[in-house]
Amino acid sequence: MSHPNTGASRGTRGKRVSTPHFLVHSPRDNVGVVVVEGLKKGADMLGVITETDKTVKLKAKADIPIGHKVALKALKKGDTVIKYGEDIGKMVADTDVGEHVHVQNLKTKRW
Amino acid sequence: MAAKSNGKRRKSGSNSSFRGWRRENGRVGVRNHVVILPLDDLSNAASEAVANNIKGTLALPHSYGRLQFGADLDLHFRTLIGTGSNPNVAAVVVIGIEDGWTKRVVDGIAKTGKPVAGFGIEGHGDIATIARASHKAKEFLHWASELEREECSIEDLWVSTKCGESDTTTGLASCPTVGNMYDKLIPKGIYGVFGETSEITGAEHIAKSRAVNSKIGEKWMAVFKAYQDEVIEAHRTDNLMDSQPTKGNIAGGLTTIEEKALGNLEKIGRTCKYIEVLEPAETPSAGPGLYYMDTSSAAAECVTLMAAAGYAVHTFPTGQGNVIGNPIVPVIKISGNPKTVRTMGEHIDLDVTGILRREQTLDTAGDALIDMVIRTANGRLTAAEALGHREFVMTKLYRSA
Repeated sequence: MSHPNTGASRGTRGKRVSTPHFLVHSPRDNVGVVVVEGLKKGADMLGVITETDKTVKLKAKADIPIGHKVALKALKKGDTVIKYGEDIGKMVADTDVGEHVHVQNLKTKRW
Repeated sequence: MAAKSNGKRRKSGSNSSFRGWRRENGRVGVRNHVVILPLDDLSNAASEAVANNIKGTLALPHSYGRLQFGADLDLHFRTLIGTGSNPNVAAVVVIGIEDGWTKRVVDGIAKTGKPVAGFGIEGHGDIATIARASHKAKEFLHWASELEREECSIEDLWVSTKCGESDTTTGLASCPTVGNMYDKLIPKGIYGVFGETSEITGAEHIAKSRAVNSKIGEKWMAVFKAYQDEVIEAHRTDNLMDSQPTKGNIAGGLTTIEEKALGNLEKIGRTCKYIEVLEPAETPSAGPGLYYMDTSSAAAECVTLMAAAGYAVHTFPTGQGNVIGNPIVPVIKISGNPKTVRTMGEHIDLDVTGILRREQTLDTAGDALIDMVIRTANGRLTAAEALGHREFVMTKLYRSA
């Protein structure tokens, strides 16, 4: 199998499918989850919205570890972050599309 | 190495039955333990000595049982009696520092009809108590070792769930795999349960809406609010940023408690509704279906409470790799994190990383989990059992007197 980071095609029962670099739960979400190891800044990423099976293309603007979130659009400080189609907190710093979204720029609204 | 999801041992469609031990009260177990159960911390030494004397018995040492009172004492007894009553346990020897409370546990377990005997240490000392209890444990072991499994229908299975060391892959893959299992098995008449009150913070509107009716939804919300007011608000010093999400959660990419909660709730699938809200360690009594139990989100505490309620198999999604087990209930680990499966695969029973690569659907992953639940019920030892994980942790509500 090819390295997941390349997003290269591989055969599955004769059908060519591509391994996604990130997954998005809902079409309403503004963040996705990186699902490959070793994703580097500058990588051209393929994403899949699992609820609709639609694909999205995006360029990574940071090294993002597996399991960590990527911004699907430019997010401003104070914006609500949506994942699973639900509110998961607010941005505390401006963040460009393709950048890493985590504790440095996203906080719960609770505490 | 984690089992691949396309298990070849069983033909599809054969997952409607399993082979278990039907106990005196009609409940079905998937393990056949003879347990040496200490009433209190003081009785651990004698209990462990008996288990050392009589090979094949299992001591369950724990830290409490002295000077507890009120709801905390009730929970202590409910957990001990429930553990002894679990159908994975064939027979029980209870050892306590004195006879009175020892008898209370013995009498509670005896209601199931299974063999149980109690021994008090005071007036005899450890050595004589160990000798008397060892004779009884040996008698129970010979008896239990000749009990045979019988064919049982899937609705005789009680399956609990709780996840641990979550990350974003649990919300994408391993938790919805459990949810898919429940969506398929709850309609067949099994008993399910989920809990983790603190980890629903941020998804409480969804949890409330998944109750079977508004009365149960309101009951759930009252439990959730009580936890917020009496536990979190009463004891937090700063915020819960260090413990919810945990450091492991954050390393795995989870940022906020809301994000964690939404992934957590993926375990109850799309169509199941919970039919009742249980106290910690309370045995369900509203018939087959999915239940909610008010538990901590700490893995060993939660699984111990669910085992005490009578659940016989536990499904445990993990992202970063929680290694927990339970002494009497097989804990099945499911992971969708390829790094975890690669670096600590000996802890994982079911690999669902194919979901992240879009090679596997939730439907096929759910079927693979049902297959693993049945294989485990039939006797396959889980990774946690093979590795000797026997975390038995009592929940303590407040300080002793």
